[in-house]
Amino acid sequence: MHISLFITCYNDTLFPRTGRAVVAVLERLGHTVEFRQAQTCCGQMHYNTGYQAEAMPLMRHFLEVFRDDETICVPSSSCVAMIRDHYPKMAAASGDSAVARAVDKLLPRIFEFSELLVDKLGVTDVRAFFPHSVTLHPSCHSLRSLHLGDKPERLLKQVRGLTLIDLPEATECCGFGGTFAVKNVEVSAAMLSDKLRCVLGTRAEVCTAADNSCLMHIAGGLSRQRTGVRCLHLAEILASTEAGEVS
Amino acid sequence: MTVRVGEAATAPDFPVAAKKLVSNAQVRQNVRRATDIIRNKRSRVVEEVEDWEQLRQAGHEIKEHVLRHLDFYLQQFEAACTRAGGVVHWASDAAEANRIIVDVIRAHEATEVIKVKTMTSDEIRLNPALQAAGITPYETDLADLIVQLGEDQPSHIVVPALHLNRMEIRRIFSEKMNLPELGYEPEDLTAAARSYLREKFLRVPIAISGGNFAVAETGSVCVVESEGNGRMCLSLPRVLITLIGIEKIIPKFRDLEVFLQLLPRSATGERMNPYNSIWTGVSPGSGPREFHVVLLDNGRTNVLADDFSRETLDCIRCGACLNACPVYRQTGGHAYGSVYAGPIGAILTPQLQAMQHSQSLPYASSLCGACYEVCPVKINIPEILVHLRGRVVEENHAPLIEKLAMKAAGYALQTPERLSLAQKAARIAQMPFTHDGVIRRLPGMLAGWTSVRDLAPIPKQSFREWWAQRQKEPRL
Repeated sequence: MHISLFITCYNDTLFPRTGRAVVAVLERLGHTVEFRQAQTCCGQMHYNTGYQAEAMPLMRHFLEVFRDDETICVPSSSCVAMIRDHYPKMAAASGDSAVARAVDKLLPRIFEFSELLVDKLGVTDVRAFFPHSVTLHPSCHSLRSLHLGDKPERLLKQVRGLTLIDLPEATECCGFGGTFAVKNVEVSAAMLSDKLRCVLGTRAEVCTAADNSCLMHIAGGLSRQRTGVRCLHLAEILASTEAGEVS
Repeated sequence: MTVRVGEAATAPDFPVAAKKLVSNAQVRQNVRRATDIIRNKRSRVVEEVEDWEQLRQAGHEIKEHVLRHLDFYLQQFEAACTRAGGVVHWASDAAEANRIIVDVIRAHEATEVIKVKTMTSDEIRLNPALQAAGITPYETDLADLIVQLGEDQPSHIVVPALHLNRMEIRRIFSEKMNLPELGYEPEDLTAAARSYLREKFLRVPIAISGGNFAVAETGSVCVVESEGNGRMCLSLPRVLITLIGIEKIIPKFRDLEVFLQLLPRSATGERMNPYNSIWTGVSPGSGPREFHVVLLDNGRTNVLADDFSRETLDCIRCGACLNACPVYRQTGGHAYGSVYAGPIGAILTPQLQAMQHSQSLPYASSLCGACYEVCPVKINIPEILVHLRGRVVEENHAPLIEKLAMKAAGYALQTPERLSLAQKAARIAQMPFTHDGVIRRLPGMLAGWTSVRDLAPIPKQSFREWWAQRQKEPRL
């Protein structure tokens, strides 16, 4: 299958390894991956912070870039949530019927990475090897917007060598929330410390999620406290083989 | 008309108030324990209802229907209530509602009133208005009594003294009821409250209540409660004054079927409230001889005017969103500076005040969605929070530095060329802050991030650069 990758501006800049991992997994499964260099950002940060006027040109640009792609893979639950939950409203607000039609046509072609693997491609075993103990932070958007359910878990359970440890109080938010982490530092930090307590309680070596935004937050706390526990995007675990991790 | 929501207009911004509360170990412990208990009970009794999702949908649709025809149903309620012997008053704001209530009490030459289940009275600051008029109000809900005696503020919609533990309550009772020998067991505390309150129930001639629902068809009012103090207030005094927001109307008596299932399960995790009182006007020979209803606007029509966020008024005040909210659970209710705390407070308080105050509240959320998931009438709180953030920005209440940063980011993200340049610039800019491969301190707006978290520096090669390079290399 021909799969177009919306890497997201966040991964492009801060977590390029996640993008390389997505490419590695999809190519290993025999698919062709395309990355359109014209892509930028879905507009989530602007939209959620109240800068809806600034998000509008970003949506229009997105619609243009991905106009003709049959299958679009996005390794970020919160960006998928932005597209699915908010693009229709933005299109309605724009009053432009062409934009509304473009959004209608876009939505069925958007897949979060684990949705793509499990629902669209019908695989749970991606022939990965990762000899570490791992705990999964299910992430708010994955749970309550995308309703990913147990898809990430099913993928992780097929990874050879991996020990999956249940995360206590898993459905609680880690406290990231985009600009919330900066605008409400104290509360965000309190939420993070609850999440870290749960992650550390599992004694897992790695904390994973389908979203690097939560992981950047959790990893920031784990690093500050010198815990030695690291965070890896789900795709990076699935890309690992006997030959090693994606570099 | 001047809309006033408690002291919200002069309350400190959420982050400032939250900072104090987050470092109060006792409050956090109390809030965590109490919300854990309620939400566990809630999820057990919600799971056992097979058609819970249909009930939620029905609750939502009934409320939405009412809001679209509010003028009609309010007048229908007024007519029916008047026919049944009640007196209906209309109050456009807090000051008018207070004036109406004080006038009714004065007409009876009373100097004391008992109160039950009326958060709306805190919204309009009725107690200070009564005291200024020489009238002493006595709260009769156990938690409201604790808050009143402790000269405190409510911190939860359903459990107003949730931020206090048993020992703190014992201290308040012991001091204010003059009971130096008071024990520490729950039974000791409820016994003390009971003997304190019973005397008031028997003596005080006028009661002020809130209302959970007002039925347009019959003119009836419904109050649900757990302690029986409501039943006392609603039946013993000669005069009953009920204060309700105009959004509390439901069309038909049979609509209670939906709400009396949704509310107790969501609010306290009970299948049914221990006391469900429904009354219609006055009944000769039984209950109050005089019944007044004050229908309060106080900014509700501001909310009604916004198509997008109107459903805020669907709220039936169950408090489930507070118990589910990870932000509320860290701070408790006082951080919100309003009688309406938690996620629903964060959308209701600023809207009632036409977005002129409490502008930090729509940002007091990580948008995790837990509130929407538990809301019994399906108010999409996260969406409304984002919508209200849009109004804060649009109406120019956002900080200038944030606005500039957002404009700059918006510009940079419009084309891939600008994004690439910004990535390169950021890589250079981070160099002085990067030590041993980690960023531990950043300046300006980003200092908030590094005050409690590290940051991995931006990698040398962006994904797009890696992809471009890969395209040039011969593939095997």
